[in-house]
Amino acid sequence: MANPAAAVSAPDAGRAKISASGVDVFYGAKHALKKVSVEIGERQVVAFIGPSGCGKSTFLRCLNRMNDTIAGCRVTGDIRLDRGDIYAPEVDVVQLRARVGMVFQKPNPFPKSIYDNVAYGPRIHGLAGSKAELDAIVEGALKGAALWKEVSDRLDSPGTGLSGGQQQRLCIARAIAVSPEVILMDEPCSALDPIATAHVEELIDGLRERYTIVIVTHNMQQAARVSQRTAFFHLGELVEEDDTSAIFTNPRDERTQGYITGRYG
Amino acid sequence: MTDATLAAAPPSDLAGRPQDGPSLHMTEAARARLRRRYAADRRFRQAGLGAVVFGVVALGFLLFTILSNGLTAFRQTELRLDFAFSREIIAPDGKVDPQSIRAADWARVVRETLQARFPDARDRRGARLVEALVSPGAQGQLMDMVLADPRLIGQTRSVWVLAASDIDMVLKGHADRAVPEETRRVNDRQLAWMDALEKDGALRLSFNTRFFTGADSRYPELVGILGGILGSLYTLAITLALAFPLGVMAAIYLEEFAPKNRITDLIEVSINNLAAVPSIVFGLLGLAVFLNVFGMPRSAPLVGGCVLALMSLPIIIIAARAALRAVPPSIREAALGLGASRLQVVLHHVLPLAMPGILTGTILSMAHALGETAPLLMIGMVAFIVDVPSGPLDAATVLPVQIFMWADSPERGFVEKTSAAILVLLVFLLGMNALAIWLRKKFERRW
Repeated sequence: MANPAAAVSAPDAGRAKISASGVDVFYGAKHALKKVSVEIGERQVVAFIGPSGCGKSTFLRCLNRMNDTIAGCRVTGDIRLDRGDIYAPEVDVVQLRARVGMVFQKPNPFPKSIYDNVAYGPRIHGLAGSKAELDAIVEGALKGAALWKEVSDRLDSPGTGLSGGQQQRLCIARAIAVSPEVILMDEPCSALDPIATAHVEELIDGLRERYTIVIVTHNMQQAARVSQRTAFFHLGELVEEDDTSAIFTNPRDERTQGYITGRYG
Repeated sequence: MTDATLAAAPPSDLAGRPQDGPSLHMTEAARARLRRRYAADRRFRQAGLGAVVFGVVALGFLLFTILSNGLTAFRQTELRLDFAFSREIIAPDGKVDPQSIRAADWARVVRETLQARFPDARDRRGARLVEALVSPGAQGQLMDMVLADPRLIGQTRSVWVLAASDIDMVLKGHADRAVPEETRRVNDRQLAWMDALEKDGALRLSFNTRFFTGADSRYPELVGILGGILGSLYTLAITLALAFPLGVMAAIYLEEFAPKNRITDLIEVSINNLAAVPSIVFGLLGLAVFLNVFGMPRSAPLVGGCVLALMSLPIIIIAARAALRAVPPSIREAALGLGASRLQVVLHHVLPLAMPGILTGTILSMAHALGETAPLLMIGMVAFIVDVPSGPLDAATVLPVQIFMWADSPERGFVEKTSAAILVLLVFLLGMNALAIWLRKKFERRW
């Protein structure tokens, strides 16, 4: 399977941005994730694939500690962002989430104007010293999310009034407005039609130049199209992690092969 | 081979009954089932319609009764007399100062004026009867005139004064002139004087301003509702100021921050139970705690507000929690994912979205508190108070208690005042509900 994106890489791409080792997650008594160890390289797109309930979203949510908000959820093991333990007691979750942004499965813009949606993150983190700076950040984020041309003349209209694909790109703009280092995407295209999906995929490919991206997807073609590395999860285990082309053409594990050839999933 | 056996078997439905002839859904039995279904639909719709019609008729009857009883209270009977402000009664020792004017025998001024108008009332019984035409309020009115302008002393002025309630009732048709004299409150001689005044054009119905500017009185023609209105407003202001912030903060804490454990479960059950506690229990609590332990003033809107706040709190907490819970979790996740702190998530996103629901619940609980009587009886807000309260620490009563007290009074004149006060209370309730709807619409418009 051809993967032209994998051939082109940013200069320092590949250096480990996030490294996880021996991560276990429990929801109450349920052992949702078992001894997951993986390295995610800088300025790469890494795709997590696997059947429903395999733990890929759970693992994604460990990376910015969104699991903290779920009652009864317990995470053990070691996850490091730039060699710093993100579960260390002195780590500020607010700061962590500013560094590791997130885009959700269903587009969830705030019920505010397009401008306020994008400006919200910079405002709470105090990133803009003046209105002009904030305007520049908003414009840059919307351009980065390939939405500027469509909404530049109606920044004051509600974000919820956009189409589904535009809303998802607005959510991406909202995430990059905080200048994160990593963007986590939890099935960002599952609620979108094929054209909107193509827009978002193109966008992800462009964002790779500046951000490390981890994307969870059900759609194996999507994983093949946008990612350089792919990790296959099954029943709470990380079965296999490799270059995307290797996973799709020459998987080592027969479970991976079974999944990508559509025998189960 | 299997195909052949299938073709050979007679057609049957899924239950195995043989099917020949028309389709399962086209038989006479199927049609009968369909007819029964439609009949059941129709019966259900008619029952619902019947319930609505019954409700509308009952409401209409209620409004008709209150309006027909109460509308006349907004007009009152006045009679015009030529009052002689005689110097020998008002300033017998020649001194004219506010103190002596107040001390003057104003009843005599009224009596002598009436006797001058009706010379046949000069006997003792007649004096009593003719005095009963005029409200005791007339004396105060005349006194105020002289206080404002002492030069009136020694002159005669034609003045419209308030008629007694019994006369008012006769003129408005609430008292029947045809019943035997001994069972009437207004006897034949008084009726004759009334008719004489009416013939002179000295008897009229005018707008009852006093009803909106005064407080309670022993005389039905002198009562006003302003005391009750202000008492209610002070009480509600205290209730709102206490219950709204406390209730909303408690709801936010329980919904957004509190860990889910046995203690919070217990608190939740307690709140739900408190919402169902009879209101008089809160009155007893107010009596025992606010009055007896803290020594707060009796009959004061401050205490009434505290008691009603306790009563409203669980309702506000429940409404606010429901409104907070209705905010989609995706909004919380979006804000958390951007690095908002939990307080920022609540203040910037969850609370604004929950506000319409919180406000609706709060205003409905306030409307509930506005109509509450029982707990206020326990803390002494049932007192007879003739002054309009000037603050939440003054003794006062509230609208529903005022209605209760007037309904309890034996005089015929209080019947229309009771209904009129109910009308005022209903207007307030409608106003509050309209406010609730308006607020909900206003906040909902922010998508």
